[in-house]
Amino acid sequence: MNPPDGLSRRRFLKGVGVGALAAGAIPGLQDEAKGKAPTRAKNLLGPEAIEFSLDVNGKARKVKVEPRVTLLDALRNHLDLTGAKKVCDRATCGACTVMVDGKPVYACTMLAVTARGKRIETVESLADGDELAEIQGAFVRNDAQQCGFCTPGFVVACESLLRDDPDPTPERVCDGLGGNLCRCGTYDGVKRAVLEAAKAKRGGGR
Amino acid sequence: MRTATAPLHLHRARSLDDALARLADAPDLRPIAGCTDVFVEANFGTLADRRFLDLWPLRDALGRIELRDDRLVIGALATYTDVLLSPLVRERLPILAEAAAAIGGVQIQNRGTIGGNVANASPAGDTPPVFLAVDAEVVLRSAGGERRVAYGAFHTGYRATARRPDELIVAIEAPPVDGRPFFRKVGTRAAQAISKVVVAGVRGARPAVAVGSIAPTVVRLPETERTLSRGAGRDEVREAVGREIAPIDDVRSTARYRRTVTANLVDDAFFGDR
Repeated sequence: MNPPDGLSRRRFLKGVGVGALAAGAIPGLQDEAKGKAPTRAKNLLGPEAIEFSLDVNGKARKVKVEPRVTLLDALRNHLDLTGAKKVCDRATCGACTVMVDGKPVYACTMLAVTARGKRIETVESLADGDELAEIQGAFVRNDAQQCGFCTPGFVVACESLLRDDPDPTPERVCDGLGGNLCRCGTYDGVKRAVLEAAKAKRGGGR
Repeated sequence: MRTATAPLHLHRARSLDDALARLADAPDLRPIAGCTDVFVEANFGTLADRRFLDLWPLRDALGRIELRDDRLVIGALATYTDVLLSPLVRERLPILAEAAAAIGGVQIQNRGTIGGNVANASPAGDTPPVFLAVDAEVVLRSAGGERRVAYGAFHTGYRATARRPDELIVAIEAPPVDGRPFFRKVGTRAAQAISKVVVAGVRGARPAVAVGSIAPTVVRLPETERTLSRGAGRDEVREAVGREIAPIDDVRSTARYRRTVTANLVDDAFFGDR
C-alpha cells in the first residue's frame, strides 16, 4: 500500500493509526455500555483520552492520550519526537531508552500518564543545534553504529552512564549497557566511544 | 503499525489506605508498579486484565529498605537499583544484590520492583530463590489488616500465589542469615536474559538450596539439604539433586541441560574452591 501523493509516509501512517485505534476501541466501549464493568469507573482514569502535560526536554508539552498509551507512543506519535525507537516493544532491546528523572528506562513499558510530573529527556535533547554532544561525536568517530536503529537508545544509555560515572571502567561500561541490544554487533565501537567521551569530558582531550 | 494495548482503566493510588480500599471494592484491579512484566504481556496482546491500580506513587512509603528487630525489611516498591545501592542489603543479604544485578539491564533495574518480582511469580524469577533460601516472609496487607506468609508457602503453583485479590504485598522480610549465602544464575547472556537455571542457598550448619526455572514454582531441595548436612560426598549430593528436580524442555533450555547445570551449580557452591 503506497501513501497517497502529497502525504509524507509519517503523516500517512499516523492517519492509518488513528483509524486502527478507533476501531480497536469499539468492543471495549460496548462492554461499558452494556454495564458489564463494575461501576467504579468514576474513580479511574480511562479508557477515554485525558489531557495532561509532560515535561519533555525541559519544555512543558501538552498531550491528549488514553491511559493505555505508552510513553514511547506518546513521544513518537503525539509529540513527534521519533528519536526513541519502537523495536521489540517488550522491554528487551533498549531502542526506546529515555531518561526519566535522570535514570534510563524503557519508554515502551511505561504509561505516558504515569510520567506526569517527571523530567523526561530524549535523545533529541542531547545535541545543541548542529553541535553534537560529546557522546554523539564519539559514536561517529568510533564507528559505533552500523544500521543505526538501536543507536538513539544506546546514546541515551551511554549519556546516563557517563552522568552517573564520569570515569567508568570498561567493565562498568558493559554492565551499564547490558540493557541495549545491537543486531549489527557494534558493541566494541560503542564501548570505545563511551571511554573516549568520558576522557574528553574530563578534559583529557581525545 | 502495531497499536499498543487495548483500552484500559488506571487508578493511581493516592495512599496505601486508598489502594487497599480500591482493592477491597474491586478485586479485579490488577496492581502494577514498574510494569516491566505486565507491559510485556500487554504489548504482546496476551493480557486479559483491563483495570489497573498504579502503586508507583507509593514509592516513598513502600520503597524503603530498613532493619527492624534484626530483620531486613525490603519494601515491596524497592527497585532492583534501590537494592543494588543499599548498604544494608550488601551487609545483610548480599545475594539479593547479586540477584538484582543479574536481572535485565539498568533500564529494568530502575523500574522493576522486588514486590513485583515476587507477585509476578514466574518460576524463572531471580529474587524468589534468594527469599526462599533464607526463610523470608511475605508481608501482605488488606483493608482488614496485615498477615505474614512464610516464603515457602507463598508460591502455590505455576504463577499462583497465596496473595488474595484484595491484598497487596507491602514488604519481604528476611531474618539474619546463618552461614555463607551464594547465588548463581545461568542464562543465555550476562544481562537481559531470563534464567535457564537460578540457584540460591546458604552454606553452613543448616545448608539451604533453592532453585528456580526447574519446576512450576521456585523450590527448596530438602533431600539435598539433608544429604549436605550429614556431610555426604559430592556424588551423593549430585544424585540427590537429580532426584529432587523435575525440569522441562522449553523455549529457553532443555530438561537435560537444566538437570546437569543445577547439579553443577550446587556442587560448585558446596564443594568448589571458593
